[in-house]
Amino acid sequence: MASALHPLEEQFDDPVQQHEAATLGMWTFLATEILFFGGLFLGYITYRTIYPDAFAEASRHTLVLFGTLNTAILLTSSLTMALAVRAAQEGKPKSVVRFLLLTILLGLCFLAVKGLEYHEDIQEHLWPGPHFKAGLPVQAQMFWFLYWAMTGLHAIHVTVGLGLLSVIAWLAHRGLFSSAYFTPVDISGLYWHFVDIVWIFLYPLLYLIHRYS
Amino acid sequence: MNVSVLPGPAAVVRERPAKTYLTEGGRTLSSWLLTTDHKRIGLLYLYSILLFFTIAALAAAMMRLELITPPGDMVTSQTYNKLFTIHGTLMVWFFLIPSIPAVLGNFVIPMMIGARDVAFPKLNLLSWYLFNLGGLFALYAVTFGGVDTGWTFYTPYSTSFTNSHVVTMAAGVFIAGFGSILTGLNFIITIHKLRTTGMTWSRLPLFIWSLYATSVILVLATPVLAITLALMSLEHIWGVGIFDPSLGGDPILFQHLFWFYSHPAVYIMILPGMGVVSETIPCFARKPIFGYHFVAAASIAIAVLGFLVWGHHMFVSSQSIYAGIIFSLLSFLVSVPSAIKVFNWTMTLYRGSISFSTPMLYALGFIGLFTVGGLTGLFLAAIGLDVHLTDTYFVVAHFHYIMVGGMVTAFMGGLHYWWPKITGRLYPERLGQLAALTMYLGFNLTFFPQFILGYLGMPRRYHAYPPEFQIYNVLSTAGASILGAAYLLPLIYLLWSLKHGKRAPANPWKATGLEWQTTSPPPKHNFDTPPIVDSPPYQYSPEAQEEMVHG
Amino acid sequence: MSATVVPVKSYLRIWLMLMLLLLLTWGAAQFNLGKFNLPAALTIAVLKMVLVVLFFMHVRSQKGLLRVFVIAGFVWLLIMIDLTLTDYLTRRSVPENAVWTWEHGAWPAPEQKKHDPR
Repeated sequence: MASALHPLEEQFDDPVQQHEAATLGMWTFLATEILFFGGLFLGYITYRTIYPDAFAEASRHTLVLFGTLNTAILLTSSLTMALAVRAAQEGKPKSVVRFLLLTILLGLCFLAVKGLEYHEDIQEHLWPGPHFKAGLPVQAQMFWFLYWAMTGLHAIHVTVGLGLLSVIAWLAHRGLFSSAYFTPVDISGLYWHFVDIVWIFLYPLLYLIHRYS
Repeated sequence: MNVSVLPGPAAVVRERPAKTYLTEGGRTLSSWLLTTDHKRIGLLYLYSILLFFTIAALAAAMMRLELITPPGDMVTSQTYNKLFTIHGTLMVWFFLIPSIPAVLGNFVIPMMIGARDVAFPKLNLLSWYLFNLGGLFALYAVTFGGVDTGWTFYTPYSTSFTNSHVVTMAAGVFIAGFGSILTGLNFIITIHKLRTTGMTWSRLPLFIWSLYATSVILVLATPVLAITLALMSLEHIWGVGIFDPSLGGDPILFQHLFWFYSHPAVYIMILPGMGVVSETIPCFARKPIFGYHFVAAASIAIAVLGFLVWGHHMFVSSQSIYAGIIFSLLSFLVSVPSAIKVFNWTMTLYRGSISFSTPMLYALGFIGLFTVGGLTGLFLAAIGLDVHLTDTYFVVAHFHYIMVGGMVTAFMGGLHYWWPKITGRLYPERLGQLAALTMYLGFNLTFFPQFILGYLGMPRRYHAYPPEFQIYNVLSTAGASILGAAYLLPLIYLLWSLKHGKRAPANPWKATGLEWQTTSPPPKHNFDTPPIVDSPPYQYSPEAQEEMVHG
Repeated sequence: MSATVVPVKSYLRIWLMLMLLLLLTWGAAQFNLGKFNLPAALTIAVLKMVLVVLFFMHVRSQKGLLRVFVIAGFVWLLIMIDLTLTDYLTRRSVPENAVWTWEHGAWPAPEQKKHDPR
C-alpha cells in the first residue's frame, strides 16, 4: 500500500509487494523473539523437570489474582489492537487513535498491576539472594529467578510496545494512514499480539503449577 | 582441458563508467555514513571486519610465537588465556560471521536477483552501526584487560570465577549479534520478495540459495545466543544461580543454550563460502553446475540439520549418554549434504574447460581443505573417538580447516571474483595466483601438524607443553608466518589495483549472472532497466573462455 | 492486507472465547489432575495462542508462505526444548550397577595379581 503521504520505496515494484515484505519481515522478527524468550522457557522447563516439587511449592507464592487479572487485561488489549487495525483498514483515523489509546491504556494497566505485584513479591522476600524468604527449598530461588527474568523481559517488551503504539497513535492522529496505507499499524499490531501470546504461556507456567490443595 | 593464458586482446577499457555507486549519491564522508545503498554498506562492512581480523590475527601470531618453545616463557598462562579468547571472539563474531554475508552478500545479492536494493535498506545501515557498536564494546574489553574465558564463555568459570571483562565482551557480542539478525532478516525478505521477472527459485544462483540458508540460521539461532549471554552476565554480576550447582543450577544448561546457537553458527561460517565456490567453479570450468537442485537442497538441509547436532560439543560434559548417542547419529547425518556438494563441485570440474585463475585456485583449495575439515569432523562425531580427541589440537585443526581453509579461502576467492565488479579494476592475476598458492601451502603447514598434535594428546588452550610436541608446534608456527605473508600480499595488490589496476569491463570473466549485466562498478540503482530472466543459471560454454580478461 | 474487513462482532466473539479459556485455565488449576495439570494448562494456552494468531493476527486469511514463517519459530523452539530434554530426562537412566570393573567380570584390570599371597 502507498499513498501520497507515503510514497512507494524505490526498491519495491508496487505497494502490495511493499506491504507483504513488511508483514513477512515483522513475522521473521517475531520468530527471533520466540527464540529469545525461548532460552528462558528452556531454563524453566529444565529446572521444573528436575525440581518439580520445589517449583510447585515456589509457585504457590505467586499472586494468582494479579496474574489472572493481567491475563484478562492483555487479552482485551489484543482485542482493542485488532479493532484499531480494523479501523485503519476502514480508513477511520479517529477510531484508529481511539482504539490505540485504549490499547495503550490497557498496557499501562498491565504494567501498573505488575508493579504492584512486584512490590508485594519483594515485601514477601521473594527476590533470590541471601535474604530470600525462609522456609522454601533452595531450588525455589531458581523458580523465582526465572519468574523475575521472564516477567521482567516481558515487561520490557510491553514497555517498548507502548512506546511503539504511542508513536503509531501520533502518526495516525497526524493523518498519515488511510485505507490504502496502514502498514505500520498492522505490523505494530503483530508485535503487540506477540507480547500477549508470550504472557498467555507465562501465566499458567508461573502462576498455576500447584493451585489445588 | 585448456589452461588459460594471460590476457588476450579482448576489450580494453579506458575510462570508468559515467555514473557509479561510488560517485552517485555524493563522495563525502556523511554520504557514506548515512548511505542506504547496499553496495556502499557492503564496503563499510569490509573496512570494519578488516580491523577486527587484524587484531585477532595478531593475537594468533602471539600465540604461535609462544608455542614455538615448550615452556610458557613468553606470556603468562593468564595472558595466553586472554589471547585465545580475543582471537576466538573477534574472529568468530566480528570477522567470519559478517565476512561473506555482510560484505559480498550485501553487495551482490540484490544485483544477482535483479533488484535495486535489499528489502529494508535503512535496517541494513542500522545493522552496520549495531555491528560497530558491538565492536566498540569488544574493543573496550580487549583493551582494558581482556577476557580469559575462551570464546565459549563456559560456566562456572565465566560466571563465578573470572575477573576479566566478560560482561563487556558479552554485551559487544549481543549487540553485534542483533545486527546480524537484521542482516539475515533483510536477506530472507529480499530473496522472497524482490526477485526480478523470470527469476524463479530454480533459476536463482546457488550463492543466493546458500545465503538464504545462512540467513535462516542467523535469524533462528542468534536470539538464543543473545539470551544465553544475558543470563551468563546476570549470573556473573548477581550470582543468580541459574548455572551454579551450589544453588541448584546446572552449568551444562549453559552449554546446551550456548551450543544451540554456536553449532548452527559454524554453518553460518561455511555456507556462504560454499555459495561462492558454487559460483566460481562453473565460471572457471565453463560448465553448468552439476546437480543444481541437489546443491540448492543441500544448502537448506545443512541449515536445518545443523540445528539438531549441538550436543556433539558436549560428549564429555556429563550430558546423558543417551543424548550423546542421538547427537552423534544426527552429526553423521549432517555431513551428508556437505558431501553431496563436494561431489557436485567435483563433477562440475570433470570434463570442464578449467582456467586456473585466482578465483578458481581458491575454489579448488576450498574443496580440498573443506573436505579434510569435514571428514575430521566425522572422527569427532564418533563418541568413542571424541573422548580422546576432544579439547585437543585435533579439534583446533578440524575447525581451522573448515573456517580458514574453507571459509576464509572462499572469502578471498569471492573477493577476487567480484573485485572487478565492486571496484571497476582488475587485480594483477599473477600475484593473485601466487597469493592463493602461498596461502594453500602456508595453511597446510600451519594446521596439518595440529592434527598430529591432537592425536598425540596435546591439549588445546595450553601455553606450555611437553618437549616431545615441539617439532609439530615449530612447523605450525612456521606455516603461520607463511600464511600471514599470504594474507598481506592481497591486501597490498588489491589496494594497488584501486589506482593502478587495469580498468575492468562489465564482465571480465564472461560469467553468467545478472550482476555481470551491469557496468563495473555498477550504478547506484544497479540496473538502468530491470533485467528479465528467461533461462536457467550457469549456461556456460567453453568457447567464451578465450575472451576472459585478466589483470 | 486482507481485502475484506472482518466485522467487529467476529473480534468480540474471539475475545469472549479467550476470556472463557482464561476462566477454564484458572478453573482447571483448582483441581488435582495429577500429571494432567500441565498438559491441560498448556493445551488451553495453545488454543488461546491459535485464536490470537489466526484471527487477531489475520494469519487465517494469509498465504501459505506466511504460515511457514509463523510456524518456523515455534518448530525451532520445540527442537531446542526436545533435544535438550533428551539429556535431562535420561540422566538417571544409566543403571547404578553399570560399573565396569574387574569385579563384575567386564575386563581385567591391568596389573592385578591373580593370586595374592596375602
